[in-house]
Formats: sequence, C-alpha cells, structure tokens
Amino acid sequence: MTQAASPAPRVGLFVTCLVDLFRPSVGFAAVKLMEDAGCVVDAPAAQTCCGQPAYNSGDRDDTRAIAEATIEAFEEFDYVVAPSGSCAGMLKKHYPGLFKGDEAWEARARTFSDKVHELISFLTDVLGVTQVPAKAAGKVTYHDSCSGLRELGIHDQPRKLVASVKGLKLTEMADADVCCGFGGTFCVKYGEISNAIVEEKAANIAGSGADMLLASDLGCLMNMAGKLKRQGSNIEVRHVAEVLAGMTDQPPIGGK
Amino acid sequence: MQITSPTFKANAHEALHDAQLQRALGNVRSGFIGKRAKAVDALPEFEELRDNAKTIKDHVLEHLDIYLEAYEKKVEDAGGKVHWAESAAEARGIILDICRMNNARTVTKGKSMLTEEIELNDFLEASGIQPIETDLGEYIIQLRGEHPSHIIAPAVHLNKDQVESDFRRVHTDFPKDRDLTEPEQLLSEARQVLRQKYFDADVGITGANFLIAETGTSIIVTNEGNGDLTQTLPRVHIVLASIEKVVPTLDDAAQILRVLARSATGQEMSVYTTLSTGPKRASDPDGPDEYHVILLDNGRSSMLGTEFQDALRCIRCGACMNHCPVYHAVGGHAYGWVYPGPIGAVLTPSLVGVDKAGHLPNASTFCGRCEAVCPMRIPLPKMMRHWREKEFERGLNPAVARYGLKFWLWFAKRPRLYRLTTYLAMPVMGLFGGRKRRYRFLPFAGGWVRHRDLPAPEGRTFMQQWRDRDTLKQDAHA
Ligand code: SF4
Repeated sequence: MTQAASPAPRVGLFVTCLVDLFRPSVGFAAVKLMEDAGCVVDAPAAQTCCGQPAYNSGDRDDTRAIAEATIEAFEEFDYVVAPSGSCAGMLKKHYPGLFKGDEAWEARARTFSDKVHELISFLTDVLGVTQVPAKAAGKVTYHDSCSGLRELGIHDQPRKLVASVKGLKLTEMADADVCCGFGGTFCVKYGEISNAIVEEKAANIAGSGADMLLASDLGCLMNMAGKLKRQGSNIEVRHVAEVLAGMTDQPPIGGK
Repeated sequence: MQITSPTFKANAHEALHDAQLQRALGNVRSGFIGKRAKAVDALPEFEELRDNAKTIKDHVLEHLDIYLEAYEKKVEDAGGKVHWAESAAEARGIILDICRMNNARTVTKGKSMLTEEIELNDFLEASGIQPIETDLGEYIIQLRGEHPSHIIAPAVHLNKDQVESDFRRVHTDFPKDRDLTEPEQLLSEARQVLRQKYFDADVGITGANFLIAETGTSIIVTNEGNGDLTQTLPRVHIVLASIEKVVPTLDDAAQILRVLARSATGQEMSVYTTLSTGPKRASDPDGPDEYHVILLDNGRSSMLGTEFQDALRCIRCGACMNHCPVYHAVGGHAYGWVYPGPIGAVLTPSLVGVDKAGHLPNASTFCGRCEAVCPMRIPLPKMMRHWREKEFERGLNPAVARYGLKFWLWFAKRPRLYRLTTYLAMPVMGLFGGRKRRYRFLPFAGGWVRHRDLPAPEGRTFMQQWRDRDTLKQDAHA
C-alpha cells in the first residue's frame, strides 16, 4: 500500500494499560516509529484497558462495556495500533464476538476491528517499512509472544526490522515460539506453574548467548525480565519498539 | 477413578517437586513435537486434510442419531449386537452381564481411555474377573496400580529404569541377571508374559477409533498389534465406544486417519489399523464367536448443540497435550481425571461437572498452541474461556480473584478517575523501585514476587506525559 498521494494516515495509539503505567517509553517509541513513517498519531484520553482481564476471567458483561468505550474512543481514526500482540489480538479478533446478536454494535465492532493492528506488523505490512535508521550494539534474541504469533501471524516482521538495526546481531533461542508462562492473571493464580514455564524460557534465553532479549508484549517482557533478574542475569530486556526507535536511554525493563 | 481435579493446585505443586516425573516429562517435549512437525511439513496438503477431517465430524455431529442407527443396523446385519449405555454404570453392567453369560474369568484389554472413564478394571476385579491390559504402557501402569497420564502414551510419566525395576519385582520367573536396558527388551519380556494370557482370556475388550456407519465396522489403531490379539483370540469381543466415534463411510475414516497418526506420533500411519465387522463367519479362519458393541453416552449428548459441541470432534491424538506448556510442567496426573491437557480442561468440566473441574480451564495461559496443532481444529482456548464464563456466572471463581477484578474494572470503566489515580500512584511506585528499577517484595503481589522480581514503573504514566506534549504543541501554535 502506498501512501504517496493520500493524506497522512491518522493513527489512534492504543497504548495498553501496562505500557501506560509501567513503561511509557514504549509508547513514545511507538509514536516515533509511526511518525517517522508518515503517520499522524494521537492517543485518545478515554482509553484504559482492552478488557482482557475481565474477558479471560469469564466476565463478559464488563468486557463488553469496556469494548464499547474503546470502540467509541477510537472511531475517528484511520487505524488503531497497539504495541502489543495480545491487546491488538483482543481488539481485532475478540471484540466482534462480544456483540453477537446485537447487529448494530457488531457491525461497529467489525469496522473497528478491521482498523486494528499490532505495531510492528503495522509498520511492515501496512506502511511498508523495511528498515529503521537505529543503531545499537550486541547480540539480541527475540521471543514470540503467543497472541501476536498465533492470532495475528507475526513472526518474520520484527526479525526483519531488528536485522536492519546497525550493529545488532540476531541469535535465535530454542523454542522462541513457546509461551513464557505469563498468561495475564494466570501468572499469579497459578504462580508455581507459571514459574516452571518461565524458568524454562529463561534457560533458553540464556542458552542463546544473547545479551539482550526483545519481544513485543510488555506482560511477557516483565515476566521474563523479572525471572532473569531474580536469577541474577545481566541480560538486558527491552520492548522491540525501543530498540527500533533508537530510544534506549531509559534503563532496561527491571533494570540492568 | 477418584477425581482429584478439585485439588489441582496441590497436585501441580507435588508434580513440580517430583524429580522422577520431571525427568520423564522431558521426553514429551523431545519425543513428540519435532516428529509431528516433520510429518506435517512432509505433507503439503495437511492443512486441507485438517479441514476435511473437521467437516466430516461436524456433519456427523449434526446428524448423530441417523448415523448411529445406521451403524447399529449394519452391526446387527453382520451378526453382532449393539447395546446402548447412557451412563458409566450402565456400560459396566452390560459388560458384566456378557462376561457372566460366558463364565469369563479373565478379560484381555486393548488400550481404551473409555474403560478408564467407566472405571472398568476396578469394577471387574471386584466382580471376580481379572482384567489384563495388553498395551505395554497400560500393562506397566496396571502393574504399578496407577492410571494413564497421557491418552496415547499412558506411562509417559515414568522413566525406563522405573519400569525395569517393576519388571524385576513382578516377573520373578525370568533369570535375575537378564539384560533389560533397552526398551525392546522390556517390550519382548512383556510380550512373553502376555502371550499365554491372550489364549486363556474368555473375553477381549477394545475401544474404537472409528465406527463406520455404512459397514458396521469398528476400527482401532495400535503400534504393538496387541489390539488384534485381544479381539481375535477370545471367544467374545466387546467394543466399547463413545457415541461420537461414528463416521459415515470407510473413506471418511481413511481421511481422518491421515491426520491422526501424524498429529499423534509423527508416523504416517500407526503400525496396525485393525478393522472388525461382526463375529467370525463360517469362512473366516479366526475371530470371536460373539461380537458386542457398547455405545456409551456418559454426558456427551448434553454437549450437542452447546458451545462445547466442537470438542466432540476430538480423535484423541494427544497433540494438544504434547504441545501444552502447562502439561509439560505438571504432567497428566495433576489434572485429576481421565483426560489431561487442553482437551481434558474442556471435557472434564463437561463430563464430571465444572464445580469439580473448575481449575482446569483456568490453568491455561491461552497460548493457543493446542488449537494451532489440533488436527480437528477444536478451538480449545475459546472453550476454556466459555467454562470460565460459566464459573463466573455461578460465582464459582475464588473471591480474591473476583474482588481484585471488580476493583480493576471499576477504574477501567471510568477513564477520568483511572487517569487521576494512576497519575498519582505510578510516580510513587516508580520511586519505590529504587536504583535497581525492580521490586523483590511487594504487598498484594505475592503471587508474582515469590518467583520473580517485578520491574518497577518508570514514573509518570504515558497518558500524563502525552497530555504534556499536547499542551506544549498547542502552546507552540498559539
Ligand atoms: S483436542 Fe485435538 S489435539 Fe487434542 S487430542 Fe483431541 S484431536 Fe488431538
């Protein structure tokens, strides 16, 4: 898709609650990447959370209420972009189903869902970005978060852009596509099982020989960073957008 | 089998600290996943075959009554007898009647999860009839007084050295200094023990992978050939099958077989695919004198027409558990009933009640790997979510989780208050993160910080900073 003659696309940034609260710099990195690619970006103030905590706890009514508010908040934009495969997956794949039987809302939800994209695949697949001007140093490994991979088919896109960062070398870990054990509230409800899964993941990350871990979902990143730091590892953990935007002034997730 | 699903958390805790089990579980990851991937990659039309398989079963489930009746007629035409059983107790009663009528003392069994579901072994023993498992894995766990921990590899929770010591303990007729280090040696010893038992058995009981409506045939697939001996040598053959196993034609079964073994073990086909239709005919060299089929419902028909109907497409290949990170961590016994893993998390609440099995659909990260590999395209995570919805409606989920969620939602539905509160709270939380930018301890976050540090927030929220940027921009324009 070429944007040459058409006016700059207007993008509503769905910042996600975790990025809003824990790591705003990911939001600003997302804004920079999209502005550099010619978008006009805004983050409407009426957004909060995509509703997954309620949805995955079986609370459909509250999920629907949140979905309605989110759809209304973003209706004016050409695109809705989230720096998270999990939240983008929720908005794109699960919102329409919440309104089954309510034709008017279901149609609205479909129009909305069609505009939703995860950040990195939005850059590559919609805006046609093939490289970024950022520079960095060292070996990185990339973890595929589950929803991005299996609901949205994101696998090659982040790797392609990471490979374009001067000075970075991508080294794959074993089982990069296996869950890190986060799973939203799962990680506290079934903490011991979650721990066993993230221990396995941490071993694979360490085994890759990388000195930096990247992924596109803050929940997974906080889980993996938390485990690595508890183990005393000095592997840096960052959201892939920070590196692609060349915005790595903030200390890494969970510190050095 | 006693249901221990209500204590799933405690079961999981035990499993995670069981060194033998953890060692054995490594085999699930290394044994199944790569082989399936290779088999799938080698067959370009695999995805299409999955679609076909799904379509066949969906069609059957829409017309189940018609196909079951057609099947029954064909079985009876071939000289067999069909028995309908609504419950486990009914199925057990029918089996016992057939055994008694034939003065059976021993019964050989092919691998069948359905006989686990109806707790047949304990029942037969209590009735004075000796059941003998003939599948190697089933034989091993019968020796140990255990239950299967996997639907196609019942003894996958054991290591070879454990099996060796069981054989040395029980098979006392063999020389003490024999070599049992290779799996083939274990298999051949079990075969020697079992050989005579096949001939002595009065009744052979097998499950069924498929029932064919057009011919009245039942099909089983095995890798050891034990199923063949179980159903041809005794005088009486009983097939125990659940109602959703029926498919219209042999051709339909052949299509589904193409995805079954590939998904299960990465084989193109299982070693033995055995078809049986009715008792021995005059011209047959061997076969049973009596052929019975028991069609068991046991809760399945109540899934028809509900959001759980799709789960009845399951062909019990085991791929979902082979690819499940939770199964890898805790193994099959922790799930606490017959069917473990993702399909167990959907079926168990349906068949024994969500009040007992409520943990299972919750103990999932929704990573979606099960659905990605399920040959029958069963939307397992979606169905687990449906169970969570039912639990939520009935207030079955734990109070702490409910109130925590309500608290969060109250804010999430009020963007202004949410903003105000987070503007104030996050910078303070950020400060507590200290120079290290993480917490080792944090009140109300025990579930997290027990196992890992919690990365600290950077400070001011994104939305707060964004508002500043907007204001700056507007000032610049003014
Ligand atoms: S749910 Fe699917 S993957 Fe799991 S056992 Fe059944 S058919 Fe196989």
